[in-house]
Amino acid sequence: MENVIEKRMELDAPQSHVWHAITDYREFGQWFKVKLNAPFVPGQVSRGQITYPGYEHVTWEARIEKMEPEHLFSFTWPHARSFEKSDKASDYSGAPRTLVEFRLEPIPGGTLLTLTESGFDSIPADWRPEAFRRNDGGWTEQMKNIESHVTKNP
Amino acid sequence: MSRKIRKRITAKPKAKARVFAALGDKTRLALVARLCSGQPASISQLADDSRLTRQAITKHLGVLERAGIVRSSQAGRERHFRFEPEPLEELQQYLASVSKQWDQTLARLKSHVEK
Repeated sequence: MENVIEKRMELDAPQSHVWHAITDYREFGQWFKVKLNAPFVPGQVSRGQITYPGYEHVTWEARIEKMEPEHLFSFTWPHARSFEKSDKASDYSGAPRTLVEFRLEPIPGGTLLTLTESGFDSIPADWRPEAFRRNDGGWTEQMKNIESHVTKNP
Repeated sequence: MSRKIRKRITAKPKAKARVFAALGDKTRLALVARLCSGQPASISQLADDSRLTRQAITKHLGVLERAGIVRSSQAGRERHFRFEPEPLEELQQYLASVSKQWDQTLARLKSHVEK
């Protein structure tokens, strides 16, 4: 079962410009919609307040992992069960964590960004995330994937 | 730790097996593929269908059952195992929602750097 999210995006901007946008805490805050008060430092936890409308009560938290200039920026972050106000969701103790990686490489006329989020296998079976919606039919597709995986890897 | 979370942990003191981790094994994937095709099966039926020993199958079914992917019930002298789709469906949907959030976030990054 696929447990990595990967996104690729071509950006019409130089690599140094993109690097600054993702690693400068003020710029990051603008497009990520989080108010941060201190620069990112590898090995340290960064915290801020979400500014996305409707989620202003949520605290953003991440542990900065790697900052390899203009190539790789990564952090791990917790996945809260819920962002309901009543659930004190900003208490992330014991929440499953995933690894987020931004990789940059130059392409003609701009920068290729590859984002991956991995480590979803730390999420336990009885987890009931807020975003959960019932959607019949998804399973059939997933089973085809499992079957083809098993067939290809006997 | 909030009271709600603490209560949940107290109510279910056993460590939870993990769905993706439980599926990160070819033998268990094959057992799931076998069980999800329909009928519940006993350990001996599953052993007849594979090269594994009953003991190995029992061990793997234990991992899957702790992750909630299969459930068992006693049928006469045998235990019957059946597939339980819900945990996988829920995780799959959660990943889809995280993926969608990234699409929106990265679209904001794109307009931020290209302006």
